[in-house]
Amino acid sequence: MPIRAMTGRGAALLALAAVLCSFAASTQASELFVSNEVDDTVTVLDGESYKVLATIPTDQRPRGIVETPDHKAVLVCDGDSSNIDVIDTKTLKVTRKLETGPDPETLAMSPSGDKVYVSNENNALVTVLDYATGKVITQIPVGIEPEGLAVTRNGGSVVVVSESTSMAHFIDTRTWQVVANVLVDTRPRIAEYTPDERYLWVSSEVGGTVSVIDPRSHEIVHTMEFRIPGVDKQYIGPVGVRFTPDGRLAFVALGRANRVAVVDPKTYEVQQYILVGQRPWQLAFSPDHTKLYVANGLTNDVTIIDVSSLRAVKSVPVGRLPWGIAVVP
Amino acid sequence: MTGRCALGASGLLTLALLAGVSQSFGAPAAAGSAAARTFPIVYLREAYPGPGIMPSLLETHPDDLGLAGAQEAEYEINTTGKFLGWHFKLYVVTLPAGADVAARARQMLTGGPEVIVADLRADDLLRLADVPSAKDSLILDMRTDEDSLRQQQCRANVFHILPSQAMRADALAQFLVEKRWTRWFLLQGPTRQDAVYAADVRRSAARYGARIVAARSYDYNPGSLRSDTGYQQIQTQMPLATQVGSDYDVLFVADQTDLFGDYLPYNTFDARPVVGTQGLVATAWTPAFQSYSALQMQHRFKLFAHRDMFERDYGGWLAVRIVGDAVMRGRQTSPDGMRAYLRSDSFLVAGFKGQGLTFRRWDQQLRQPVLLAQPLMVVSMSPQNGFLHPGDTTDTLGFDEPETQCRFAR
Repeated sequence: MPIRAMTGRGAALLALAAVLCSFAASTQASELFVSNEVDDTVTVLDGESYKVLATIPTDQRPRGIVETPDHKAVLVCDGDSSNIDVIDTKTLKVTRKLETGPDPETLAMSPSGDKVYVSNENNALVTVLDYATGKVITQIPVGIEPEGLAVTRNGGSVVVVSESTSMAHFIDTRTWQVVANVLVDTRPRIAEYTPDERYLWVSSEVGGTVSVIDPRSHEIVHTMEFRIPGVDKQYIGPVGVRFTPDGRLAFVALGRANRVAVVDPKTYEVQQYILVGQRPWQLAFSPDHTKLYVANGLTNDVTIIDVSSLRAVKSVPVGRLPWGIAVVP
Repeated sequence: MTGRCALGASGLLTLALLAGVSQSFGAPAAAGSAAARTFPIVYLREAYPGPGIMPSLLETHPDDLGLAGAQEAEYEINTTGKFLGWHFKLYVVTLPAGADVAARARQMLTGGPEVIVADLRADDLLRLADVPSAKDSLILDMRTDEDSLRQQQCRANVFHILPSQAMRADALAQFLVEKRWTRWFLLQGPTRQDAVYAADVRRSAARYGARIVAARSYDYNPGSLRSDTGYQQIQTQMPLATQVGSDYDVLFVADQTDLFGDYLPYNTFDARPVVGTQGLVATAWTPAFQSYSALQMQHRFKLFAHRDMFERDYGGWLAVRIVGDAVMRGRQTSPDGMRAYLRSDSFLVAGFKGQGLTFRRWDQQLRQPVLLAQPLMVVSMSPQNGFLHPGDTTDTLGFDEPETQCRFAR
């Protein structure tokens, strides 16, 4: 998903923070919601002390997790229960469940928050839900094992990647038609627009590459590879992708290579590899973008990277097999 | 053995097949949607006699073993094909038991070279590969694990999907060495294949620093469990067969035809685990495997075939996926071009093993991590940590380039 407008340290945030979380004293108050695929829980961490504030039981196999644009709720896909848990960010309780159709793996919201896009992994579908009513608006057939979703800022286009078909499918949200299919390297996982939306990056876990697609021509303009001294090529499996809002840096989680690559999006040069926990999967920024959070699937923790120094500051334990992270200011 | 497809390939089927061939590699043929080009894949199998009495009733031999995997993959590559203007068609040819494979192959290949997914035993695979008109075909061997086909008997037109016996022995050996269970008792069945596997076990021991401290040959007539007191016979027989003077850590059984290996666990004279062709086995696939998105594959397959997915299904699935990749990703449409592509650095196929799978150029064996599984559980996956290789760590399994005896006569 494109980066939201940055939330500053302004009075509005202070007021919001005071209302949302009485236990967090800092002006930086924020919370991390981490989906734990095996535990069937979401761990809530305080965004400053990284202490566990709550462990929220979900339905089975929670993976994809996002916050609503108004930050009032966090939505998590429960793959084996075929629904979405809606977590109230104030009470930290599941307040609603949305039916999604079989095996929802991950999800994205429209910029206005009125629609939820869900990838149904077992059914080769994208399900579009009306968030207010929970009703299915439409279902769009795509490739096999659809996973990562990206929505443009104007809400006009949704991209979904299909792991087994190895494609990025571009969906026009006015007609709900697939308008283009771009073959990328094997087992694509995540699609992420650059902040200016001029390019779409698609990570291919088994192919070991990131494809850069021009969303107007639907052509691949560049394919990035990663070389890490001492690490076998087959262990390099790109998954999570995030850009700083100024577009100066990109971060790519490299799965079994246990590192996050720092890439210059202008030159596609890798500046650095940051060692994190094992099998880093999805990434998320703190609201002020000074920290990058990494969910490490095999070490059951979240690594905190300081964005200015590009150093891993610490890792904090969460539940088993952490998959994704949503951050709420 | 009657599957869902026509048995004993009649003239009709051959005709259909030839029709598919004639339109395959020339001008794009319009079929179905306006721009879709049809790409034929031949699935060739023989209705071999069933395995007879198996020690366990839980051993199943579905009629569509292997084929269902290929058909699931046909559906999957057509999903991609739909978006790229390709339609793949699997032509299933089932030869009657004892058929003359070479004669049928010659007949089949009159229209030119083909892409053939071979669900054939080793001897029949060679008969197919050696037909002169098959020279320029691409044959994907989805069934065998014989070492000889990857060594002296290798063929330039054949690519092997499933791990060889040597790879399987090495996969187990690495695990045992990692556990420091390095004193092995080798119990070998009566068949020629058992002897080959036993030789692989000895080779693995030498490679990885384990020792064969005892070795014995054994023949046993199965079926005892059918009688009411069968378990008593087995409970007497197996300790006798496994009473050896030397102390060992693990019993390595070489029983490729399932005569007695499954009787061994808990019936050995000493309290020792059983590995090899039974007990803990090395395999490319098991219905119990769920990692690396395999869970989704198991779900998909069950919805499609209404049963569990076994190793040969995985072989068929992977073979057809490889064809799809060669056509749509490699942009190759001739068997010759596809063969070159499969041998190139550009080729890589995903097979739920957490890494891309590629072919070894020296023997055209698919390199892959190998699962170590007991009936209900995957125990581990080899290569094990710490077994290193200057190139690809999966080349620690089986015959590496310096050891190969394969010389492709081209």
